[in-house]
Amino acid sequence: MAVTKLNQQNNTRLKGIGSTQFRREIPLYFMLVPGIILVLIFSYGSMFGIIMAFQNFVPSSGFFDSKWVGLEHFKFMVQLPDFRNVLWNTFFIAMMKIAAGLLLPVTIAILLNEVMKQWYKRFIQVVIYAPYFLSWVILGGILFQLLSIDGIVNQFLGLFGVEPILFLGKPSIFPYVLVASDTWKNMGFNTIVFLAAITNVDPTLHEAGAIDGANRWKQIWNITLPGMFPIIILVATLSLGDILNAGFEQVLMLYGPALYKTGDIIDTYVYRIGLINGQYSFAAAVGLFKSMVSLVMVSLSYYLAYRLANYRIF
Amino acid sequence: MVADKTIGSRIFVIANYIFLTLITLTCLLPICHVLAISLSSKAAVATGNIKFWPVDFTFASYQLVLSKSQFLTSMGITVKRVVLGVLINMLIVVLTAYPLSKEVRSFRPRSIFAWFFVFTIFFSGGLIPGYIIIYYVGIIDTIWALVLPGAVQVFSVVLLLNFFRGIPRELEESAFMDGAGHFSILFKIFLPASLPAIATLTLFSIVTHWNSWFDGLIYMNTPENYPLQSYMQTIIVKMDQQFMRGASKDLIKSLNEQTLKSAQVFLGALPILVVYPFLQKYFVKGIVLGSVKG
Repeated sequence: MAVTKLNQQNNTRLKGIGSTQFRREIPLYFMLVPGIILVLIFSYGSMFGIIMAFQNFVPSSGFFDSKWVGLEHFKFMVQLPDFRNVLWNTFFIAMMKIAAGLLLPVTIAILLNEVMKQWYKRFIQVVIYAPYFLSWVILGGILFQLLSIDGIVNQFLGLFGVEPILFLGKPSIFPYVLVASDTWKNMGFNTIVFLAAITNVDPTLHEAGAIDGANRWKQIWNITLPGMFPIIILVATLSLGDILNAGFEQVLMLYGPALYKTGDIIDTYVYRIGLINGQYSFAAAVGLFKSMVSLVMVSLSYYLAYRLANYRIF
Repeated sequence: MVADKTIGSRIFVIANYIFLTLITLTCLLPICHVLAISLSSKAAVATGNIKFWPVDFTFASYQLVLSKSQFLTSMGITVKRVVLGVLINMLIVVLTAYPLSKEVRSFRPRSIFAWFFVFTIFFSGGLIPGYIIIYYVGIIDTIWALVLPGAVQVFSVVLLLNFFRGIPRELEESAFMDGAGHFSILFKIFLPASLPAIATLTLFSIVTHWNSWFDGLIYMNTPENYPLQSYMQTIIVKMDQQFMRGASKDLIKSLNEQTLKSAQVFLGALPILVVYPFLQKYFVKGIVLGSVKG
């Protein structure tokens, strides 16, 4: 008490003399210097670099001497059938990932909560976290092995008389393989938040429910699920910002020219035309389109999360 | 919870255990399968009969992989980037989160700086301008291209600053009265009090650096400078593009490569698989604090 009181006096005194407070703040400025420099160069630097989308950028001429072309690249972009196709693929894959990535973890969290043997619950959790921590290179290596035409998955399906399926070679099923493998990778990790939400549900509600004769199923439906509802809404809202994030590294690892029709997404398209074909400005224009949509969607998602769930970033 | 022993609830419990066990197996068996192939002889793999247990047990693939100089070189580069990258990440995250966790009363430009960082969550220049900037900075083909561009993890900063705010103010105030400056308050009071958050962020930083491969692929001009995951990406994709997609089952040579590739996949996954279970307690705590209370 005494300390706080003294400090309050101190603070009022400090406010009067601006320079004393500034001297007290100096170390805080110093701490921010490394972070600010790096963010300025790499984040704000590349935001500045967006001007190349309005130029015919040549690396040797730089941002200041490359020829300005206005909106030419954007006009070209919206007419390009490739672009519309890529945009649709991105949206379709991302939406399915968002839906499946919400549904499965919620289900697993609810069911894990019903497991009474603690050691088994912990074992399941450790194991299903594993794929989350592995890179798409490793998982790609594993998936190529499992899903090949004579791989173990096709061998297993063969037992039931299913013809071998080219999981990673057939355009019509490739997007679903992407969604399934992504959902599988993240399912364990994404249960963490939902499990935490379940433990916050008042246990006396379950006891009361059991006394009233509600079975397990009814308790899940009427007590656990409504208790998790705010978190489900929050996670769903925040995932709006990922509406054009269809999983760059995953697709780049798993796709191939035969799969461009259904599997090519904005990020891989930008990578190919920009860094492989060297059409820097056009690729930057396509990238800017994505960044603008993301800006709107991320802002919207944070706004909605704030309104619906009183969520704030900091 | 009140136990009920009706038939319906028993069926529910059994079905639940079966479902969760199947889910768990989908994560366990693929790794077992790859491990089994890597420990089998080439001839046994060629028959295509290996499930989850090695046939003709041999370490030959591992011996071959570990004697390949490129594998070891890339492993060395990865270790270097993990050590350097994690140190820089953590130092910056701590130094940035502390001032931003202050209230405007004690650090007046706090909100301006906070928005300066947080804005990068909302908007980015994208892949191509980012690449050009790194090219102009002149760090292409050096380890700095793998370490510096992602050095400021804004989400981590936000998580840690929220954690810092949960630390009782009295601790800081009494230290301040004793004449401690901000740096000693940060390192002597705030850091020891936020170990779960620090452990979580360190784990994620390690995993991110270990797993990153795309940056290595584009910022390294010479394959000798590839970190492990970038090197593995090139061999896995090169080998599989033709073989796995087409029906060209008669590529016996590629089949023989399967054991080698599996050994490398397993070696690439091993350090992470060994480390994360021990840190589970921390990252679960960190995630929950960061996302739910956020």
